[in-house]
Amino acid sequence: MMRTRRRIPVSQAQIHVRVNGSEVTRTVEVRRTLADFLREDLGLTGTHVGCEHGVCGACTVLLDGRPVRSCLLFAVQADGAEVTTVEALGTPEALSPLQQAFMDHHALQCGFCTPGFLMSATALLRDHPRPSDELIREMMGGHLCRCTGYAAIGEAVKTAGA
Amino acid sequence: MKPAPFEYLAPRRRLEALEALSEYGVEAKALAGGQSLVPLLAMRLARPAVLVDLNRIRDLAFIRPYNGGLAIGAMTRQRTVEAHRLVVARVPLLAEAVRCIAHPQIRARGTIGGSLAHADPSSELPAAAAALDAHFVLASVRGERVLNSEQFFTGYLTTALEPDELLTEVRLPALLPDAGWAFVEIARRHGDFALAGVAAVLRLDGDGRCTEAQLVFTGVGPGPVRIPQAEQALLGQQVPGPSVAEMARIVQDNLDPPTDIHATADYRRHAAGVLAGRAMLQAANRTRERR
Amino acid sequence: MCAAKTLLLPFWLDIPQRSRAIRQAVVLEAHKMGTRWFGERIRRVEDPRLLTGRGSYVDDIHPPNLLHGAVLRSPHARARVVRIDASKARAMPGVAAVYTHADLPPPLGDPLPRLIPHPTLIHHKTQVALAADIVRHVGEPVAFVVAESRYLAEDALEAIEVEYDPLPAVVDLETAAGPDGPLVHEDAGTNVAAHYTQRVGDPEGAFASAPRVFRERIRMDRGTAASMETRGVVAIWDGRMRNLVIYDSTQSPIPIRNGLARLFGLPQNNVRVIAPDVGGGFGPKIMMFYPEEILVPLAAMRLNRPVKWIEDRRENFVATNQEREQIHDVEIAVDGEGRILGVRTVFLHDAGAYIAYGLIVPIVASTTLVGPYRIPNYHCEFKAVFTNKTQVSPYRGAGRPHGVFIMERLMDRVARELGVDRAEVRRRNLIQPDEFPYDTGLIYQDNAPLIYDSGNYPAVLEKTLGMIGYAQWPQQQAEARREGRTLGLGLALYVEGTGIGPYEGCRITVEPTGKVFAATSVGTQGQGHFTVFAQIIADALGVDVRDVTVTTGDTAAFGWGTGTFASRSAVVAGSAVALAGQAVREKALTVASGLLEASTDDLELAGGKIFVRGAPARSVTLGEVATAANPLRGTIPKEWEGPGLEAARYFAPPRGSFAGGCHAAIVEVDRDTGAVRVERYVVVHDCGTVINPMILDGQIQGGVAQGIGGALYERLVYDEDGQLLTQTFMDYLLPTAAEVPRAEIGHVETPSPLNPLGVKGAGEAGVIPAAAVFASALDDALGTRVAEMPLSHSLLLEMLRGAEAPAEDRSVHS
Repeated sequence: MMRTRRRIPVSQAQIHVRVNGSEVTRTVEVRRTLADFLREDLGLTGTHVGCEHGVCGACTVLLDGRPVRSCLLFAVQADGAEVTTVEALGTPEALSPLQQAFMDHHALQCGFCTPGFLMSATALLRDHPRPSDELIREMMGGHLCRCTGYAAIGEAVKTAGA
Repeated sequence: MKPAPFEYLAPRRRLEALEALSEYGVEAKALAGGQSLVPLLAMRLARPAVLVDLNRIRDLAFIRPYNGGLAIGAMTRQRTVEAHRLVVARVPLLAEAVRCIAHPQIRARGTIGGSLAHADPSSELPAAAAALDAHFVLASVRGERVLNSEQFFTGYLTTALEPDELLTEVRLPALLPDAGWAFVEIARRHGDFALAGVAAVLRLDGDGRCTEAQLVFTGVGPGPVRIPQAEQALLGQQVPGPSVAEMARIVQDNLDPPTDIHATADYRRHAAGVLAGRAMLQAANRTRERR
Repeated sequence: MCAAKTLLLPFWLDIPQRSRAIRQAVVLEAHKMGTRWFGERIRRVEDPRLLTGRGSYVDDIHPPNLLHGAVLRSPHARARVVRIDASKARAMPGVAAVYTHADLPPPLGDPLPRLIPHPTLIHHKTQVALAADIVRHVGEPVAFVVAESRYLAEDALEAIEVEYDPLPAVVDLETAAGPDGPLVHEDAGTNVAAHYTQRVGDPEGAFASAPRVFRERIRMDRGTAASMETRGVVAIWDGRMRNLVIYDSTQSPIPIRNGLARLFGLPQNNVRVIAPDVGGGFGPKIMMFYPEEILVPLAAMRLNRPVKWIEDRRENFVATNQEREQIHDVEIAVDGEGRILGVRTVFLHDAGAYIAYGLIVPIVASTTLVGPYRIPNYHCEFKAVFTNKTQVSPYRGAGRPHGVFIMERLMDRVARELGVDRAEVRRRNLIQPDEFPYDTGLIYQDNAPLIYDSGNYPAVLEKTLGMIGYAQWPQQQAEARREGRTLGLGLALYVEGTGIGPYEGCRITVEPTGKVFAATSVGTQGQGHFTVFAQIIADALGVDVRDVTVTTGDTAAFGWGTGTFASRSAVVAGSAVALAGQAVREKALTVASGLLEASTDDLELAGGKIFVRGAPARSVTLGEVATAANPLRGTIPKEWEGPGLEAARYFAPPRGSFAGGCHAAIVEVDRDTGAVRVERYVVVHDCGTVINPMILDGQIQGGVAQGIGGALYERLVYDEDGQLLTQTFMDYLLPTAAEVPRAEIGHVETPSPLNPLGVKGAGEAGVIPAAAVFASALDDALGTRVAEMPLSHSLLLEMLRGAEAPAEDRSVHS
C-alpha cells in the first residue's frame, strides 16, 4: 500500500474565492460559515441569516452556479469556487429584469427573505428561461417568507421569465 | 448558533480520508453534503474534534453501469441522481424518492451517501434503497466489505458503519423490465420528512397476478421497515384487486410506529396502510406502462 | 382655493365632524389639483435598495471595534439559581466580559417596566434582565457574555457554571389556573394574574328564557410570529459626549429611547434609538424591554466599545414573546330563528411566566368576539394565568383571531342545529348600515368605549358570497363527492378594531432644493410606510412622489410617538402625515402670497410650483418658497408661526376605527390521510379609504399565509416539564408557497369619520378569521365539529374517526 502524504488537520486556512467576479484571498477559521464570511469579512450584507439550519433559505447564494445554503457551508469549502451573491444581480439604478419584476409585483415587503429568493430564481431562469408554474413552485418551496404570502413572488418570477 | 471549535481536513484522495478516520476514530466526523450534519454542528449536538471534508475527493462521485444495474458513488449529489438518465432508466424508483427530499437547494449539496449514512428514520433514501435491494460498500484502511440493506441499517440514526469506515458506493440492481414501482409519502408540507412513506416494487404475470412484491416503509420505525406478511398477501393475487386492501390491513396490524409532535402512532399506522395501497396501485399501473 | 380658512373650524363641531371636514378639505384640494398618488398602486420607493442587497438590518450594522454578545439561557422551566460561576468564561481568550445579575447596577437589576396596567391586573409581574435567584421559563436569560466574535462568545457560554435546583413546573393552563398547580410567582400566592369581566345587558336573564342554548369548549394553542429576521441590538457609546446610539430591530423605537434614557440616567437627547430596516415585526418586536435591549447598551457603556447581539433562531423560539393559547367555555342563546339573545364566554388566557404587556390580548379577544352581530346580552370573563412558559404579548391579530374563531364557530353551530343556512343565520344578526355609530357597550383595549364608527357588514357578506360562488356551492360539492373528492366551504366574518391612539406625529420639511423630507414616529417592518406616507404628502404638496423622502423609526428624526402595532400606522400616523401635509401646504401658500403679491385665494399649487390662477407665469417653486421662509435678514411674520417651510402635526384618535370583512375558503380533504389543500381563498376587507391598493393587498395576502399557518401547521409544543419541543423550523412549520394559494381580494369602502383620511387599519385582516374559516370549511367537508386550532393531518384524522361515532347532544334546551 502506497503511503500518502499525511495532511494535518488545521483550525485556520487561507482561501481563494471568486466572489461576484472578483478574486478574494483571506485567512479564515475553519468553522466560519460561508454566510458569515460573506457578510462580515467581505461586507456583502445582502445575504441574510435567518435560521442557521438550512430551512429558511434567506442565506441562499450560488456556488459554482448552484443555489445552496451558505449557512450550511464553511468558508473553507468555497476555496477555489465561484460564489455569486445578490449584490451581483443589479444596482438600485439598474435593476435586473428579475429585480424589476419583484418591484412591479410587490413581491417583497420587509425584504429579508428576498435576496435568497432572487438567487434561487436567478438560477432557475438561467436553466429554464420560461419556467413552468410547477418548476417555479418547486424552487420557491425552498424559501420561507413571512410577509408576502408568496403569490406575488411566483408572479414576479413568471413575468421575469416571460 | 455557531459550531464548537474543530479542526479540518480536506483530503483529495479516498485513502487519505480513510487514514484520517482510522487515526481519529470517534473523534472525527465525515462531512458529505452537510445538509444534515452542519445543522447538528451549529446546534452543538455534534462536536467532532476533526471534520473530514469529503467534497474534494472526486472519485467518490459517479454513476456507472454495474452488473446491469447501477453503482452510485456516495458523494454523488442528490440533484445529479434525480435527473440522471441512467437512474431514470434503470432505477426510476430512486429518482422518484430523491425528488421527495426537501427542496432543490438542499439537493444541490446533499449526497446519496450522506443521506444513507445518516439514516434518518423518516427520510426517503433508506426505504427506496432497501426496496431496490441495494448493496452498500463500506471502506476503511482495513479493506472493503459489502452489506445488504438489512445489514446496513441497524437502528435509529445508526448504520453498520464503524467509526473508521466510509460508505463509498451504493450498488443497485436494475428494476426488471416488467416491474412496476412507486414511491409515495405523506408529509405535512411539501418537502418535509415523511410522516409515513413507502417504496414499492411489484411484478405481475400475464394475468395480472403478483409474482413479486416489495414494500419498505419510512417514518414508521427506527429505520426502513419491511412487512413480509403484507408482501406475501399479494403473491398470486390480482393487483388491482381485493388483496390490496387486505395487504393494507396487514401493514396496519404489524406496525409499531412512534408518536411525536407531528403525528400519533395511530396516524402513522393508518396512513402507512393507505399509502401502501396507493403505492401498489401506482406500481400496478406502471407495470403496464413499462411493458 | 386653499382650504386654510375653512379649517378654522367652529369649536362646537365634534371630532368626527371635524375630521370629516378636514378630510373633505384635503380630498377636495387633491382632486382639484388632480390627485396623482393617493389611491394608486405606486411601486415602493424602498424596493431598489432592498432588492439589491443594500438593506440595513440590525445585523448589517458593523461599527469598527465591535464586540459580540451571547446570552446564557435557562434550560429549566422553573428552577432556583443556586450559584453562577463565570470565572472560567471570563478567563477565555477573546472574552471581554461576562455579566450576571450581580453585575447589574440598580435600577438595571430591577424588574422591567410594567407596560399597560389595568385595574384588575393584580399581579403585574415582569422579569428581570438577568435572572437573580429564580428562572421561570426555558430560555430565560441568566448571563450575558461579550467577546470578540459570536463564535467565541458561544464557546464562553459553555464555560459558565450554573447550579440549578429544578422545581416542578406548571405548564398546563388549566392546572395553572387551578388550586393545585405549582406557583410561577410564589409571592403572588396564585397563578391568576388578573380576573376581568365585562358585561352588557342581562346575560343571565337572556339565557334563562332562551328557546335554544348551545355550548362549546374551544381551545387555541401557542404560536409565534417567527419573522424571518430575529431580534437584535447594536449599541454604540461615546463616553466623552455621553451619547448612546442604539440600533434595535424593534417596532417601537421611541418608547425604547425614553425608557433607556431613564434607566441609564441620560437626557433623552443623548439617546438615539434607530429601528433600521426591520425584517418583519408582527407584534412580538414591540416590547419594553427585552432583556437584551438593556444588556447590550450596558456592555457598550462598561466596555467602551460597540456591542452587538443578534438573536439566533433557537433563541427566537424561546425568548421572543409568543401568543395564542386560550381555553374558552362559551354559550350562545338564540331564538327559534337563530337570532342571538346572548353570548357568554369564560376563558383562561395563558400569559406565560410574566405579563409585562398586560391584558391586551385577552381584552381584545373578549371585545372582538361580538363581531358584526347584534348581541344585546353579553358576559365575557377571563383569567390571565401564569405558566412556566415564554411570556405572551400580541402577535398579529392579538386576540382577534380568538374572538372571531369562537363567534364564528358558534354561528356555524346555530346554523347546523336549527337547520338554517350558515350565511342566512349570520345575515339575520348583522348590524345594519344605518345603525352606525354602533355602541357595543364594551370597553376596548384603548380604554375607550367600543363604538363601531362605520361599516357595511351586509355588503361585505354578499360580496364574499358572490365571489366564492356560495349559491352554486351545494351543487359543486355534490359533484365533487360523486367524483370521490371531499370538498368543504368555510365562511367567517369579523370586525377588527384598528387605529387606536394614543397618537402619532409627523414633521414635513421642504428644503430649498424643493425636495420634501418627512419624519414620522412609527417604524416600518415591511408595510411600505416610506411609500404610503409619501403618497399622502405628494398629493398635499403637489409634488412627484419620488421627490418625497420619508424617514421612520429614528428617534433623532422624530421623538414623540408609540410604535407600529394594532393596525394603526396608516390611520394614526397617516392622519398625522396628512395634517402636516395640509399645514405645510397652507404655509407655502401664505409665504408665496407675499412673494407673488397675490391673495392666497388666487393661488394654485401643482407640479412643485405655486402660481397665480390664470397667470401661470407668475409663479415660484416650492424650493424658492422654502428659501424665502428662512431669510437671513429682516423679520418673519407672526402668521408664519416660525421659519422654514415646515410643520409638525399630531393625530390623536378619540378611539379606534373598526374595519371589517369576511373570508371564505374552499378546501379539499383527503379523508384517508387528513391532508388539506386550499383550493380557493376569498377575502373581502373594508378598511375605509385605500391609500395604496397594492400594499393593502400585500398585507392581506401575507396575513392569509400566517392564518393558514396558524390553522394547519404552526404549533408550539411544550412537554410537561416546560421544555419547548419545537425550537427549529424543522418542527415549527411555516407554510411555504406550496401551501398558500393566491387569495382573491375584494374591497368594500366605508370611510371612517374619525380621521382626516377616512382610513381604517388593515395589517391584521388577513390573519384574523383564517382559523375560523378553515374550521368552518372542514366541518362542511367532513361533518366534524372543529373546536381547536391549530390542526394537523394527525389531529384531523382523529377528529374524523370521532365524527364517525355518534355525536353527543350538547344542546341544553330543545
